[in-house]
Amino acid sequence: MNAAFPLLFEKGRPGRKGFSLPPCDVPLKPLEELLPRECLRKSHLDLPQLSEPDVVRHYTALSRRNYGVDSGFYPLGSCTMKYNPKINEDVAALAGFASIHPLQGDPTYQGALELLYKMEQCLKEITGMERYSFQTVAGAHGELTGLLMILAYHRSRGEERNRVLIPDSAHGTNPATVAMTGCEVLQLPSNDRGLVDTETLKAHLDEKTAALMLTNPNTLGLFEKDILEISRLVHEAGGLLYYDGANLNAIMGHCRPGDMGFDVVHLNLHKTFSTPHGSGGPGSGPLGVTTQLEPYLPYPVVAKDEDRYSLDYQRPRSIGKVHSFFGNFGVVVKAYTYIRIMGARGLKQASDDAVLNANYLLNRLKDLYHLPYKGPCKHEFVLSARLQKKRGAGAGDIAKALLDYGIHPPTVYFPLIVEEALMVEPTETESKETLDHFIAALKEIAAAIEADPGKITGAPFSTPARRLDEVLAARKPVVRWKKEQ
Amino acid sequence: MSGQHYLPLTDPVRQEMLASVGAASIEDLFLDIPSSIQLTRELDLPPYLSEPEALAHLRHLAAKNVNLEDYTCFLGAGAYDHYIPSAVRHLTHRSEFYTAYTPYQAEISQGILQAIFEYQTLICQLTGMDVANASLYDGASALAEGAVMACGATGKKNVLVSRGINPQYRQVLKSYLEVRGLELSEVPLAAGGQTDLDEALSRIEQDPETAALLLQTPNFLGIIEKPGHLADTLQQHGTLLVVSVDPLSLPLLKTPGEYGADIATGEGQALGNPLSMGGPYLGFLAARENLLRRLPGRIVGETRDASGRRGYVLTLQAREQHIRRERATSNICSNQALNALTAAVYMALMGPEGMKTVAEQCLQKAAYAREQICALPGYELIFPGVHFKEFAVSVPGNPEQLNEFLLQHGIIGPLDLEQTYPDLPRSALFCVTEKRSKTEIDTLARLLEGWK
Repeated sequence: MNAAFPLLFEKGRPGRKGFSLPPCDVPLKPLEELLPRECLRKSHLDLPQLSEPDVVRHYTALSRRNYGVDSGFYPLGSCTMKYNPKINEDVAALAGFASIHPLQGDPTYQGALELLYKMEQCLKEITGMERYSFQTVAGAHGELTGLLMILAYHRSRGEERNRVLIPDSAHGTNPATVAMTGCEVLQLPSNDRGLVDTETLKAHLDEKTAALMLTNPNTLGLFEKDILEISRLVHEAGGLLYYDGANLNAIMGHCRPGDMGFDVVHLNLHKTFSTPHGSGGPGSGPLGVTTQLEPYLPYPVVAKDEDRYSLDYQRPRSIGKVHSFFGNFGVVVKAYTYIRIMGARGLKQASDDAVLNANYLLNRLKDLYHLPYKGPCKHEFVLSARLQKKRGAGAGDIAKALLDYGIHPPTVYFPLIVEEALMVEPTETESKETLDHFIAALKEIAAAIEADPGKITGAPFSTPARRLDEVLAARKPVVRWKKEQ
Repeated sequence: MSGQHYLPLTDPVRQEMLASVGAASIEDLFLDIPSSIQLTRELDLPPYLSEPEALAHLRHLAAKNVNLEDYTCFLGAGAYDHYIPSAVRHLTHRSEFYTAYTPYQAEISQGILQAIFEYQTLICQLTGMDVANASLYDGASALAEGAVMACGATGKKNVLVSRGINPQYRQVLKSYLEVRGLELSEVPLAAGGQTDLDEALSRIEQDPETAALLLQTPNFLGIIEKPGHLADTLQQHGTLLVVSVDPLSLPLLKTPGEYGADIATGEGQALGNPLSMGGPYLGFLAARENLLRRLPGRIVGETRDASGRRGYVLTLQAREQHIRRERATSNICSNQALNALTAAVYMALMGPEGMKTVAEQCLQKAAYAREQICALPGYELIFPGVHFKEFAVSVPGNPEQLNEFLLQHGIIGPLDLEQTYPDLPRSALFCVTEKRSKTEIDTLARLLEGWK
């Protein structure tokens, strides 16, 4: 039954090798002389024994059971699955970047520090912030660090503020991050247009408010047009404004979080700046701040003195460290390459095309699926499959049906404020033909649900695996292979 | 136009699409941005570069860095120069893997899901633990998440941290723990360089609120800790043992599972990931079975598809931020999946014999280097404890100057310990991996002898 896709552990033969190393050329000492018995591993290291061709075939076969942006359309809302330029991978693999040790010393990696410095200048300009740290390696990591800074800032002013406001449309990482800092989450209900309601906001602001965390455009793909008023209200109440940069791809060259009044910003280089998602990571979530918050950034930061670069550890008010070294440097190299190739006009064009592609889809799909918040949208929009659900096939089923068209589905069941949500983000790296194919697929699926929803609830049919039983997996967790199986 | 090769829309198509949405121009789609914050100028960025120009620019920056293909490295301290088999990069750069998102759509993500399931198994086999998650950011955050888990599992708030733990990790622990009201206190080192476990135990006896004892082994100063029956004693006090381990030491050294650790974490960079100036690396975290539902981050589990075939999905998601929001076990979303895949491919290629060969060569070559260096006048081994691949030596001068000298001779020298251990002046931490040859070690010793 499983013969076609055995696990590594079900392959291999004793004595087979997949490595080639020179023999040890120093005089050997008896093992017991170097390691007392009490320090030795007792159990046999039971790894599979495979030759190099075995391993290559195994992972090549697995890769063929996977789907990336290079495989096809990937309109996964809030994830910005844009094309990942190949040059980025080549550059990050240069020995001068890939083979440098993080502790070898400032004078020995001036080029790397210069790159970080130059990247910081670019991000400052794109977002209107004053200073950046690259230590945060993911959006959620940026959120945590940003909140630590915000809390340190309040404490430095003798204020104990421990409440963080979050719109009900926010990413799940926002409330989870707040909980990690021991603060209280206060959820703001969105208004009927899907935006932060300034009256509601006013009613929730007080001397306990540490911050408001906001994505702009928000997860519905709508620009918070009252942002200046929101910013004024939060600041007047003594709070700070945190920008979740997941949706920056909509606004590059049009407006900047710094000009909107945000105090702390995290970016997702793995979304906006084209670095690959790697099946879940690594990402990079640089953290930008205003002058006011700059002293609290994690140490070290990159400093420049004439034409010499250094890592500055003399940061007495810093919140400390959040990463073993300086963050995901290799990812920053890729994003910097992208920014240099795009330039100012290219980045703006990317945002223009991302927004145009989203609006084109929105207009062509709004008669097929319910559109709870009307456009124009920014880089993404959210449809509801509630009518289809009534017929017997919901957002999750539609997602699975799209797989049979060779399309990665939109984000489903998020944001939580939209019933049967389908969150669509096409990005700028897709052609009109691709969008039209997607529209045609969704049209056929909608028609199929009208005719016979059973056809859709059984999907997918043509994928490497059929629909997988998540309930079974959670009820009886098997999270590793074991010999006795 | 810049970057046009990434943008498939052409001007006529843009016009056609604008017309279809009823917009006269692209600006019409940005009218919801208040005019006072609309940028009326172009972003002030460096001029755009074509692909060959970008490559030249980046090559120029890369060339300003001393790299380990040209220099011989005796530096470790949390980031290690091990050999990476050629096949590793070829396989992890299959674009179906590296250009994919988190595998939410399991039916078209069986490749990475199975690979991560295998990774979890390999980490369990290596550490002797029962369960492992799909990856965390790095060794530091893995240890911090482990400590937070221990506090959650025990309902206690105090964490004892060995002074033998990587100083950077201790800083990250502080950032992760203090803000939630968890308290950290340090356990000193004994004269041998290992953690003073008697002191740790007496602290635990005095403080029943101790959630966990955190150890690193081999510790930052290169000494292998000997937890013996410590875990049993800790258990009597309701305190968990959380360790940070070097994965490439485990083919030889007693595993966390064998000495009864509750949570084993570590930095997985050494398993096939390039040094890359400190990242992207790989935090791994494994635990005893009873802690499965407290693990942070993604976990892949086995299941069946509609045809009854074996398959894999992200599982136990009720722990995670996108479902549980403020009640999640962690906020982690993006992780280091590709680095975990890298580690799995590395382990698959190395197999038990290759892994053991690497560990033994590290041990033997570091022992040889230790002997050569410590026989030199003015160089003395600081700690007599049991070593693996790193060792601390007092040197006859300023380690920073020593490193400048070594660099001139093509060598990236040891870590200057004084910066993080002020009580260890004129001290350096050497690292010798399987990549170093006898000739390179002899050259190092000769240079050290001739220094000053």
